[in-house]
Amino acid sequence: MAKVKFDILESTCVPLPLENVDTDQIIPARFLSATSREGFGNNLFRDWRYLKTGEPNEKFVLNNPVFGGKVLVTGKNFGSGSSREHAVWAIFDYGFRAVISSFFADIFMNNSLNNGLLPIVISDELLIKLQEMILKDPATMVKIDLEKQTLTILPTGESVKFAINPYKKECLLKGLDDIDFLLGMKDMITSYENNKRVAK
Amino acid sequence: MKSKTLFDKIWDGHVVRSIEAGPDVLYIDRHYIHEVTSPQAFNGLKERGIPVFRPDKTLATADHNIPTKDQHLEIKDALSRNQVEKLSENCSKYGIELFGLNHSRNGIVHVIGPELGYTLPGMTIVCGDSHTSTHGAFGTIAFGIGTSEVEMVLATQCIMQPKPKKMRIAINGTLKKGVTSKDIIMYIISEISTGGGTGYFVEFSGSAIIALSMEARMTICNMSIEMGARGGLIAPDETTFSYLRKLPEIRGVKDLESSINEWKNLKSDSDAIFDRELEFDAADIKPMITYGTNPGMGMAIDASIPMPADKPGESSSSYLKSLDYMGLKPGMKLLGHPVDFVFIGSCTNGRIEDFRAFAQIIRGRQKASNIQALIVPGSKRVEEQMVAEGLIEIFKNAGFEVRQPGLLLLSGNE
Ligand code: SF4
Repeated sequence: MAKVKFDILESTCVPLPLENVDTDQIIPARFLSATSREGFGNNLFRDWRYLKTGEPNEKFVLNNPVFGGKVLVTGKNFGSGSSREHAVWAIFDYGFRAVISSFFADIFMNNSLNNGLLPIVISDELLIKLQEMILKDPATMVKIDLEKQTLTILPTGESVKFAINPYKKECLLKGLDDIDFLLGMKDMITSYENNKRVAK
Repeated sequence: MKSKTLFDKIWDGHVVRSIEAGPDVLYIDRHYIHEVTSPQAFNGLKERGIPVFRPDKTLATADHNIPTKDQHLEIKDALSRNQVEKLSENCSKYGIELFGLNHSRNGIVHVIGPELGYTLPGMTIVCGDSHTSTHGAFGTIAFGIGTSEVEMVLATQCIMQPKPKKMRIAINGTLKKGVTSKDIIMYIISEISTGGGTGYFVEFSGSAIIALSMEARMTICNMSIEMGARGGLIAPDETTFSYLRKLPEIRGVKDLESSINEWKNLKSDSDAIFDRELEFDAADIKPMITYGTNPGMGMAIDASIPMPADKPGESSSSYLKSLDYMGLKPGMKLLGHPVDFVFIGSCTNGRIEDFRAFAQIIRGRQKASNIQALIVPGSKRVEEQMVAEGLIEIFKNAGFEVRQPGLLLLSGNE
């Protein structure tokens, strides 16, 4: 769970201008067998990062030393497919703290917020523009201010507001954990059970 | 009183607390767990030093990462063996009932939940698997969750969720011969795209839905997530109740008939308002076939692959890329195309009814020699029924390989 605080992040970005990237591409099913949360970063985008021979695929962006940073800028419709949270762990474990797209799958969005990874939705136009900028100049920095809910492209100063559920925002800002919150309301849960004739 | 949809009735009845500007805290009646998405959640409990809050509302099975061959032998893959062992350890440590590998009632979680009488109308059900929506066929709110949420439900029997929007999809009229519930849902997805249901919980209704069996309803609700929806549900009715009456056991209900009387109220009020309503004519639906790499790429079996311009919601570059991957082109027909591989099983189509229908077709025939053909029952009970009804014989005689219950072929480990 998210015990990681998120407030302001300034970073370069890694561009992944592909649409409809699903969780199986983020972390292929054959790597789900682990029973801990760590280490999934090694297999992030596994089948794109490595050739069939096991050699790193030089053409893939994560293997390109020119690009780096804590922000992943993806194409539209990111994270669809199976509900595996491993996809988020892999992205987080690899070192990303925010993902930018113009559309995320629901479960992926939830899983991200629960694990300290900030999903930011921007317009298609801005997304394409941002990708082009990064491809042209990999040193392009962005600034994410969670408190203000703004994403700023530093070289141009262009700034947009992004949406986030206010409760999740509080949690991320404070590094608070949903489970801590719920454990604190045990009495309410028990009295719900007593009143509601819960099915056994 | 304000009129409500079926979804509202169940949801509102389970809200323990609404957080201002935040999600609802929703009470969960049934929590299904399996070996792949639970170990980290149990680790989380251990780190916090807390027990499972309501072990009696938790049900475990090993189904996702187990072999579908030689299940009596030790699992060869060390990691998946470890997952299965961890699950047994955790279940006995925390007092959770486990239908593990080699248990006579083992099976895919979405097949055994209903057949063991755990999934009942009006419930909230979650599981760390996206196809949890299957259980919506019984008039439940059922949806897939991530591992952090598995931990949350183990710890508190509650989950935090913003309330989704509501959609109703009505299918009215009579289905053509040879059209099944899988065709209905593939048709809907091809019409509204794989993102068409995003943000919604969908109620399926209409005369064509009411006419479906429970198994067929499960297939529709199962695949509601393939159109992006959070889940799907169907109001319980006589079909649901007679399914339940036939089960050998119902969990946690003292008097089934009086519960059934209550469950009869589980339907949307006639003037309930949905955020979106769609209606389709059953007569327009033909048997469907997919031609691409996502479930939105489906069409009537005799149709031609659409031109990119006719596939809204899909960018034309990724559409063409996917067709290219399949070795197909817009405008092509699939009828007459050779088949390479036949697979019947999974949480979508691994129920007895699916195998009965299929046996009808292949009885006394032989598969072509170039085809690899596999049958994987959804559960041990389905397997038993297949033996008793002589279906296994029919499949074997036709040259099919019959495996043991599980999902591995799907998660790509085999
Ligand atoms: S097909 Fe099987 S593995 Fe895939 S989501 Fe359904 S139950 Fe899980």
